[in-house]
Amino acid sequence: MNKKIVEIVDAIDTSQVYAELSHPHSGGICVFVGTVREFTNKEEVVALEFETYKSMAIKELHKIADEACEKWQLNAVVLRHAVGAKNVEEPVVVVGASSAHRSECFEACRFLIDTLKERVPIWKKEIFKNKSVWVSAHP
Amino acid sequence: MKVLFFGISKDIVGKSEMEISDFTKKPTVNDLKKYLKVEFPEFSKLTSFAVAVNSEYAKDDVSLERNDEIAVIPPVSGG
Repeated sequence: MNKKIVEIVDAIDTSQVYAELSHPHSGGICVFVGTVREFTNKEEVVALEFETYKSMAIKELHKIADEACEKWQLNAVVLRHAVGAKNVEEPVVVVGASSAHRSECFEACRFLIDTLKERVPIWKKEIFKNKSVWVSAHP
Repeated sequence: MKVLFFGISKDIVGKSEMEISDFTKKPTVNDLKKYLKVEFPEFSKLTSFAVAVNSEYAKDDVSLERNDEIAVIPPVSGG
């Protein structure tokens, strides 16, 4: 039985994830943390604002966790995304997996973040000094 | 029928939820998308947008029932 943690939160505590993914049958833990970057195309970002359609986002996150557990032999999976305003250097997303050997958790971790970015209904607005832009909205 | 809006779609319509009763027969996802593009031309400028029915992505031919939870999903950008 594997451990699955899926959450939308106001603030991310990156120190939680080791204990969540730690498992007696695991020999490796792989974690990705997404953070707020100061520059987009050389323009200074003041903050990012995240919004979600929570009930659907939780459903999609569960599906992604289940798909990862079908593809790889994983003992624990975490998918956690923050919402609200986030400043430069703050964490906005943490995903990770643990498995007996490192190759499974490395591959699963990449799948978790890539699929989250593709499908989960979360929207990011970049706040610059004198404008704000919904990311990816326009071609 | 009640439709929820998020992200840029909320800015386009100016609210997070809207009652739409302009359809003469039971609409499909595609009918709703067409309606939105006519009423709010800004929708045509988006990279794309999807519709979710009861918090699942729905294909264009899905019929919308009055009690469904319907949401407009503009291009997602989490992470």
